[in-house]
Amino acid sequence: MIPQTRSLTTSTPIYTTQDLQLEVEVEASVQMEEREGEDGVEQPPLCPIDPNTQGIIKGRDLFGYVGIEAVLDQMRRKTMKAGFEFNIMVVGQSGLGKSTLVNTLFKSKVSRKSCTPNYEEKISKTVNLQSICHVIEEKGVKMKLTVIDTPGFGDQINNENCWEPIVKYVNEQYEKYLREEQHVNRKRRIPDTRVHCCVYFLPATGHRLRPIDVEFMKRLGHIVSIVPVIAKADTLTMEERLEFKQRIRQDLEANGIRVYPQKEYDEDAEDRILNDKIRENIPFAVVGTDKEHQVNGNKVLGRKTKWGIIEVENVAHCEFANLRDLLIRSHLQDLKDVTHNIHYETYRVRRLNESNANGLGLSALSLENGTFDKNEAESQL
Amino acid sequence: RGSEICFKTQPGHDKEYVGFATLPNQVHRKSVKKGFDFTLLVAGESGLGKSTLVNSLFLTDLHKDRKLLNAEERINQTVEITKHTVDIEEKGVKLKLTIVDTPGFGDAVNNTECWKPITDYIDQQFEQYFRDESGLNRKNIQDNRVHCCLYFIPPFGHGLRPVDVQFMKALMEKVNVVPLISKADCLTPGEMKKMKDRVREETDKYGLKVYQFPDCDSDEDEEFKQQDRELKESTPFAVIGSNTVVEARGQRVRGRLYPWGIVEVENPSHCDFVKLRNMLIRTHMHDLKDITCDVHYENYRAQCIQQMTSKLTQDNRVESPIPILPLSTPDVETEKLIKMKDEELRRMQEMLQKMQQQMHEQDL
Repeated sequence: MIPQTRSLTTSTPIYTTQDLQLEVEVEASVQMEEREGEDGVEQPPLCPIDPNTQGIIKGRDLFGYVGIEAVLDQMRRKTMKAGFEFNIMVVGQSGLGKSTLVNTLFKSKVSRKSCTPNYEEKISKTVNLQSICHVIEEKGVKMKLTVIDTPGFGDQINNENCWEPIVKYVNEQYEKYLREEQHVNRKRRIPDTRVHCCVYFLPATGHRLRPIDVEFMKRLGHIVSIVPVIAKADTLTMEERLEFKQRIRQDLEANGIRVYPQKEYDEDAEDRILNDKIRENIPFAVVGTDKEHQVNGNKVLGRKTKWGIIEVENVAHCEFANLRDLLIRSHLQDLKDVTHNIHYETYRVRRLNESNANGLGLSALSLENGTFDKNEAESQL
Repeated sequence: RGSEICFKTQPGHDKEYVGFATLPNQVHRKSVKKGFDFTLLVAGESGLGKSTLVNSLFLTDLHKDRKLLNAEERINQTVEITKHTVDIEEKGVKLKLTIVDTPGFGDAVNNTECWKPITDYIDQQFEQYFRDESGLNRKNIQDNRVHCCLYFIPPFGHGLRPVDVQFMKALMEKVNVVPLISKADCLTPGEMKKMKDRVREETDKYGLKVYQFPDCDSDEDEEFKQQDRELKESTPFAVIGSNTVVEARGQRVRGRLYPWGIVEVENPSHCDFVKLRNMLIRTHMHDLKDITCDVHYENYRAQCIQQMTSKLTQDNRVESPIPILPLSTPDVETEKLIKMKDEELRRMQEMLQKMQQQMHEQDL
C-alpha cells in the first residue's frame, strides 16, 4: 500500500492511489482523526481534493517510509489528555422533555432538574438562562459538558421578545471569547463558553411551524447552529410524522431559516452526500426517558404504556439514535468547527468593523438583536 | 337507569289512579318528534386534536376540506369563530348539533386576551336570546346559546399554563367549561395520574369553576353510584381521537396505529373517550343545557337588567323596572312556533316533576 501523506502545515492534497474507493475511505478516516484535534489550536482550513496541483512533492517521490503520519497519534494522545469541551443549549416550552432528553443523550443526570435541589416545576415569569457544567468520561476521553437551559421560553401569554435573553447570551459568549483573544497575554487555552449547538424543541402538533418557532429560528439561525427536534413524538403515527416533517421543512425553506447542517458549509461532495441524508430527515422525532424495561429478555430504555413499550433506541420507533449519532458520534467536532470558524468569525468581523467605525479599540458591546447584515456593517465605515 | 314509569294496573287501584304519571311519556314522545339541539364550543391551541375528537364523538367528518395555514399566514391572524351545523338522527331521535370552532386561539406569539372573541361570541348569543325573549313576538326564538365548552389542555406541560388559567377564568361564568387533556397517548399511566392531579389541584388553587357533575339521587342503586363516583374522580378526562379504523384483537375499531402498539379510542383502559362521550351525550347533555339556561343565562340577564336600570336611574328618565328593548324581527316559520311552545311546555313540566319529587322527599 502506498503510504498516504497529509501535511498539516501546507495545503497539499491527498495523493490518489490506483483504487479511488480506497482513497476516499482512507481520507475519511484521516479527516476524522484530524477533526478530533484540540480546541483552540489554529486549524488550517480543510482543503478540497485536487490531485492536479503542480510543484508539490508527491507521496511516491519519497524513497521510504518517513513516519509523518505518526503525528496523528501524537495529536490523539494530547487531545485525550486535554479533553474536550461541548456547550449545548436546549430551548423550548415547559414540559417538552428537554431535561429528560439531555439526560438520555449523555446517559447521565446532567440536566438542570437532576442537579438543582428542591426542584419545583413552576413556570417562571421571565426567561432566565441557567447553565450546568459536568465532566463526563468514557474510555479515557474526558468531556466537559455544559448544558444551558432556558426555562420560561414561550410559556407566557405574551411571548414577544422571549428570544432576546437567549440572543444576548449567545452574543455575550462570543464577546467574552473575542476579548480573551485580543489580550496581549493570551491564555494557552481560551475557555470556550460559546454555544456550539442549540437544540430547539418543537411540540408534536402535527400541523406546521408556529409563529414563535419561526421568529426564534430566524433570529438565532444566523448566530448559532440550530438543530430542531420534534419533542414527545410518541403521539404521532408514522404517516403523521412524515407529513409533519415535510411541512416543517417547507416552512423552514419558505422563511429562509438555515438549520444545522447548513448547505453552504458543506466542504466537499462527500460531506454533501452525508449531510443531505441528514437534511432529508430533520427535524428528528425524538422520545426521551430514563426508565428501563424488559423487552424480549433485554433491558431497554423505554416508555411503558397500556398499548405497548416505546423503545427509545429503536430506530423503528423514534429517531433518538439518529439524533445522538448526529450530535455526539459523528458531528460533534463539526459543530464546534462551524461555531468557531463561521459563526464566531462572523461575529468578530462585525464587531471589529463597528469599532473601526467608532474609533480605536473594541467598543462597548451594545445590545444587538443578533441579525448579521454585512452591508450594514460596511456602510458604517 | 330508565325513566319509564310502569303503570300499576292492579284492579282496585283504578279509583286512585289519576293518570298524570304518564306525563313523562308524553313529554318523551313530543321530544322525539321535535328533536333536540345542542351547541358545543371547542377551544384550544392548534394541533391538539380538537377536530379529530369532535369527529370521533359524533361519528361525522365536519372538517373534510380544511386548509392548514402556514406560520406566515398565522402571524397576523386573529382568533376566528366558525360554526358548523349538522343534523344527526339515531333511532328516530333528531339532534341538531352546532359546533363552534375557534381557530387561531393561542397560536400567536402574543396571545393577550385571545379569548376575547370567544367571550364576545357567547355574550352575543345571550344578548340575542335576551332580546328575543323580551320582544313582543316570542313565537320563533332560536336558541343559539352555547351549552358546553370543551377546553383542550396540552399534555406536554406540567399542568395548567397561564393561558389556560386566564381562559377558564374568563369563561367560567358564561358557559359550562369541561377541561380535557388532549392527545392522551403521549402520557404513560403514571404521568397521566400526575397530570390529572396537578390540573385538579391548580383548578382549586385558582378558583376555576368548571362543570361539576350533579350528584346522583340517593335512591339510585349502588352500581350507579359507584359509576358516578368513578366518573367524578377521573376528571379532567384524558382523551384521544381518531379518524381512522384499525384492526385490533380481531376487531375493527377506531384507533391509532403505532409501531409499538395500537391505541384504541374506545378502550376505557387507554383513555377516557368513552366516559366523555357518555357524559356529554348520553347522560348529561340535558343537564348542560339546563345549567346554561338556568344559571349562565340568568346571570347574564340579571347583569344586563342591572346595567340598564342603573343607566336609566342615572339618566333620571324613567322609573320603570321593566326594561324596554327594541323589537326583534318576527320569523314566520310554523315549525319554530311549535318548537318554542313545546320547549316551554316541557320545561314547565320538568320543573313540576322536580317540585313534586322535592315535596315527596320532604314528606318522608
